[in-house]
Amino acid sequence: MFEWIISILLLIGGCFILVGSIGLVKMPDFYMRLHGPTKATTLGMASLLTAAMVFFSTTQAGLSIKEILISLFLLLTAPISGYMMIKSAIHHKLDCIERTKGIDNIEDDV
Amino acid sequence: MLETVMLIVFAMVGVSLLLNVWRLLVGPSVPDRILALDTMYINSIALIILYGMSMGTTLYFEAALLIAMLGFVSTVAVCKYLLRGDIIE
Repeated sequence: MFEWIISILLLIGGCFILVGSIGLVKMPDFYMRLHGPTKATTLGMASLLTAAMVFFSTTQAGLSIKEILISLFLLLTAPISGYMMIKSAIHHKLDCIERTKGIDNIEDDV
Repeated sequence: MLETVMLIVFAMVGVSLLLNVWRLLVGPSVPDRILALDTMYINSIALIILYGMSMGTTLYFEAALLIAMLGFVSTVAVCKYLLRGDIIE
């Protein structure tokens, strides 16, 4: 029973991490590339750490909840690092393809 | 069954790390390389957690937590350096 739950959570996490990295490679410009790692990879890590939590709670004595620490920390810090990266990309005035909209509305107030 | 699934997920995270290395080497601009490094430290946390699970020990948990904190701080520091030319003004 628990083995099935752990396996499904691990597979979901691995798929999300892989999708995030494929998005990092395949997307055409930086503003699109930022979507993959900051969203998909963070969600994959949350799923994988939940799997680790269930695994260590069932195989070892006592409830293991310290994996929540890493999960919470990643979920809190991924938007902040994404914000800092998009800020530096705007500051460097990176090129974007025509379909990327809203780039004219940004004022470089850095 | 769990061993097979762990091997599959190990392979997935390994392929993700290789893709990140490709973006780190090719990446046309500096923010691209920062983004690739940021993804690489998250993927290495996944690899460490998986290794600890396959060994059946919680010994590697502290290493993962340390990498998470230092990776975030280093990403913010490099972005700050790109923005202002200085980290602590």
